[in-house]
Amino acid sequence: MAQIFSRNANVHARVTIFGAVVLICGAGWATNEIFWSPYTTYVGVPLNQPVPFSHKHHVAEDGIDCRYCHTSVEKSRFAGMPTSETCMHCHSQIFSDVPLLAPVRESLATNTPLKWNRVHDLPDYVYFDHSVHVAKGIGCSTCHGRVDQMPITWRVNTLYMKWCLDCHSDPQKFVRPRDKVFDMAWQPPANQKTESARLVGRYHIDTSGRLTNCSACHR
Amino acid sequence: MREVQNNGRTRPPGVPDGSASRPCHSSDEFLPGASEWPNDLSRREFLRLSAATLALAGLGACTKQPIEKIVPYVRETPEIVPGKPLYFSSAATLNGYAQGIIVKSREGRPIKIEGNPDHSASLGATTIWAQADLLDLYDPDRAQAVMHGENISTWNDFLRDLDVVLQAQQDSGGAGIRVLTEPFTSPTLSRQLQMLLQKFPQAKAHTWSPIAPNESQRTCDFSKARVVVALDSDFLYMHPAALRHARDFASTRRISENRMMSRLYVAEPTPTVTGSNADHRIAVAARDIRAIAEAIAQNGSVAPTFDAWVRAVTQDLLANRSASIVIAGETQPPEVHDLVAKINEQLGNFGSTIISPHIDPTNHLDSLGQLVEETKSGAVDLLAILAGNPVYNAPVDIDFEGALRKVKLRVHHALHANETSRLCHWLIPAAHFLESWSDACAFDGSISIVQPLIQPLYASVSVHEVVGALIERPVRSAYEIVHETWQSRNPTPHFEDDWRRALSEGVFAAETPEPSSSRAGSVEQIANRKSQIANSVEVLFRPDPSVLDGRYANNGWLQELPRPFTKLTWENAALISPALATREKIDNGDVVELEFRGRKIKAPIWVQAGQAENSVTLHLGYGRTEIGRIGRHTGFNAYALRTSGALWFGDGLTIRKTGEKHSFATTQQHQEMEGRDFLRTGTLAEFLAEPKRIAKAEEEPARDETLYEPNEYEHRGYAWGMVLDLGTCIGCNACTIACQAENNIPVVGKYQVARGREMHWIRVDTYSSGKSENPRFEHQPVPCMHCEHAPCELVCPVGATVHDNEGLNLQVYNRCIGTRYCSNNCPYKVRRFNFLELNNNLSPTEKLVKNPEVTVRCRGVMEKCTYCIQRINAARANAELEDRQIRDGEIIPACAQVCPTEAIVFGNIHDPNSRVSKLKRSPLNYGMLAELNTRPRTTYLAKVRNPNAVLVRGER
Repeated sequence: MAQIFSRNANVHARVTIFGAVVLICGAGWATNEIFWSPYTTYVGVPLNQPVPFSHKHHVAEDGIDCRYCHTSVEKSRFAGMPTSETCMHCHSQIFSDVPLLAPVRESLATNTPLKWNRVHDLPDYVYFDHSVHVAKGIGCSTCHGRVDQMPITWRVNTLYMKWCLDCHSDPQKFVRPRDKVFDMAWQPPANQKTESARLVGRYHIDTSGRLTNCSACHR
Repeated sequence: MREVQNNGRTRPPGVPDGSASRPCHSSDEFLPGASEWPNDLSRREFLRLSAATLALAGLGACTKQPIEKIVPYVRETPEIVPGKPLYFSSAATLNGYAQGIIVKSREGRPIKIEGNPDHSASLGATTIWAQADLLDLYDPDRAQAVMHGENISTWNDFLRDLDVVLQAQQDSGGAGIRVLTEPFTSPTLSRQLQMLLQKFPQAKAHTWSPIAPNESQRTCDFSKARVVVALDSDFLYMHPAALRHARDFASTRRISENRMMSRLYVAEPTPTVTGSNADHRIAVAARDIRAIAEAIAQNGSVAPTFDAWVRAVTQDLLANRSASIVIAGETQPPEVHDLVAKINEQLGNFGSTIISPHIDPTNHLDSLGQLVEETKSGAVDLLAILAGNPVYNAPVDIDFEGALRKVKLRVHHALHANETSRLCHWLIPAAHFLESWSDACAFDGSISIVQPLIQPLYASVSVHEVVGALIERPVRSAYEIVHETWQSRNPTPHFEDDWRRALSEGVFAAETPEPSSSRAGSVEQIANRKSQIANSVEVLFRPDPSVLDGRYANNGWLQELPRPFTKLTWENAALISPALATREKIDNGDVVELEFRGRKIKAPIWVQAGQAENSVTLHLGYGRTEIGRIGRHTGFNAYALRTSGALWFGDGLTIRKTGEKHSFATTQQHQEMEGRDFLRTGTLAEFLAEPKRIAKAEEEPARDETLYEPNEYEHRGYAWGMVLDLGTCIGCNACTIACQAENNIPVVGKYQVARGREMHWIRVDTYSSGKSENPRFEHQPVPCMHCEHAPCELVCPVGATVHDNEGLNLQVYNRCIGTRYCSNNCPYKVRRFNFLELNNNLSPTEKLVKNPEVTVRCRGVMEKCTYCIQRINAARANAELEDRQIRDGEIIPACAQVCPTEAIVFGNIHDPNSRVSKLKRSPLNYGMLAELNTRPRTTYLAKVRNPNAVLVRGER
């Protein structure tokens, strides 16, 4: 009777089994890498915009406050985007004829809005509120990074739910005094732990665990 | 097991079609067919798709978020804070009467209509129609362009055509010009019509509406009435002041400190919302209402069955002089109203409970009849029909269509192209009231300015501009015309301030009514004839409880709203009494031929408990042939039998079986809770004897009497809860439609409703008990109970339904995989599953009606009442910004906000002083099925009725 298995059947079996393990692990690793890579998260990826607006120039060099353009950040869920008219407050006086700003001038002249590419974009089932975060002492730079140093804006955080929960489960790590919210250069002081515990109490930040309820952000 | 107590209460009989697949077995959570795959998918196809799904499932996750655009405004808009709503006051009209509203607008689009608390006809509540008006605004089937015959044309072309006719009419003083309006109260429109008549003295204006009352009502103050007698009057639902009446009436139905409660007697031919709230209701044919009124007036007798009721009414009325109201229905003839006025006068009710004077209404029938006569003689060259649809809804013996064809230039101004537009030369698309300026009066004379919130979505024109086109060139804008009306009335220097204040507050001025007096003759004069209770079958024509005379036929929210008693959706039926059904050997769903004065129609039968024995109710507004996609070809057209001699009711209907069967889409037996003791009622006497007895709970298990980890609420913050007062709930359905508007609840269509796939988050269950010829009706709104020990949460395999710290039972759409175990395990049947993708193929305008604060759900996920979590979070955000606690009453869920009787109260039950906490301490408070240890956060106040002891004894 002939052999059912050939001599190298064992080798085949080993290669198959180990190969499968390697393949599955590899696929898992690759998925993980892609999931966390800038390709998916857009972290550190500057987006092309109709006008190459530089926060670095306007914030760091000109010293314009965040709220000059993002007017509703303290009042509403949405921080607000500057209208074309807001841009032209200054640019009707300075750089009033540079080709770079042609889209803005055209927008105002033809009454058609500019369409910016959204850098910080949460999924539609997330209901985030800027005003509450600002009121509770979460600074712009905590989520948006050093925007004042970005010639073109990019995302510095993934905006994944895991990232949100980092703070929602332990807000103490990130809270700062309200008057420092718009301070781009703010760094946690050495005594941040005791200081922020005080702030959490003063700003009535809910530490009962409610902030990690689904209903805090989803409805 | 404990014996389940049911008090002999059942949902009225349903399951009409008798098909083999029904009724469903109680072990089936979903109706047969509810979980079926769409029709045209074979088994093989299904397997093929499943295999492909499995193979590709992983790839579905391999998308990354696309780059989205962010689009700022071009110019600064200081009043608009992006992400925050703006509110504007305005007015919605029904039969011409205004109801103050406040419209919520987000980034320039109206998304919700609420009542105006400062308006006398609203007091913060709205009717179902005002809620649904919003959907009409965004209806893609609206007339969108000026049409000249079949061709798209322009407003200027129309004006050119019009000018030719107007020129020709100059010499004759406009003898050939006629304007046909619906009833209106707009001071501006009446000023314009006067101007038209000045310019063309021979021109005439006519009015027609198929559901305008032939008797107008005096204004009644129900808050002062201890005894109310309604004779075929649906004053709580189908009345210009219904919201006000409901609020006032409810205030007398809460047991007061002096342990009093009002009593309502109703005699009516077909169950109405008002009738279902009666302490003593008798079912009487509409033609016999007069005999009843006479008997009350003269202390006489009618028929043995009704005499006890009449005697009790008379005694009660005499015992409550000047604190009672007798009110007759608008569909009753003038003689009945005269009788009722006489009764009220004798009781001294004028000036105390009945306030405003009687205004003689236009007789619509005469007005229309005159128009048709003149038209037939060829005297009319130009007929402008401003809104309405007379070709469809004029009495069938008045040949309106034939007359219309003789007019040389026919112009129709309408929201939707309809049966009348088809026969007109010009169709001018009407601007929705949220798109244009106007004004209107409420029932009590208070005036509101109707202000637009959005630019017209289509090439629509306001009614003031159309009438303006008949008067002057160039045609001025509606704003200028309305503004001019008010400026000419108040030529004060500070007019602009007054105007702006009126726009902001929603009420311009109230004309104080004169004290009321009777104008009735003596009872002897009126009641010189004795009516006899006859035995022939009478037909009743009634506006449909949802689509009215057909004007809301293309409104999906209203079409799908289960009607108060039949729970029918999407169609009408001929309602007959159980006794008549037995006599004629017909059953639910039988199609019969109805013959009335020589005309015939076919209609399906619905056997309705509480219907007067010899009355057949036909609801108007169906059988439309020319309307949008929603309303076309559904139901039967009852206008085909309606003659000018029998506008509201008439004798001599014959019924003949055809042998055909019809299948209804009714929600009657859906979401049934299997005969448990869910609704508790009692009488005032019982309550006074032992307050706790009525709501006496089945022994509620101890908190820890559970196999699972008891859900403990140690959270010291807010704990949300709700109380629904069954004693004041009148069953008007407003909560259902308000919830639909607020929470982006889709419309599923008749076919899907029949399969049990309707999506309403709050349903109003109607129960009947007692004898089928005259049952007692009770209504019970059922939203999610937000159980503390929620059975749904335990069975979800993916944790898609969980609790939050404040006691909300959450549904996390993104986690839900659609097993539907939760719905299976929910004893209250309040969970709704998205069997279909209902939001993918919306037209651009339909997307605008969605509330941006609420997730639009996709196929395959479960959803349910959230206690309007978006409103909780909005209130929380405001409180956080101001660094304070949320105040009691700051959060009002959509259902509570719309409720005319304030029967729904929501709030923080950890706060002992909140309204909801106080109500939960009431002896009437009980949790539905609390014996299951679900610990519902939504509880009910048992219904207390106030029957007359004399009649109760008689009934025994």
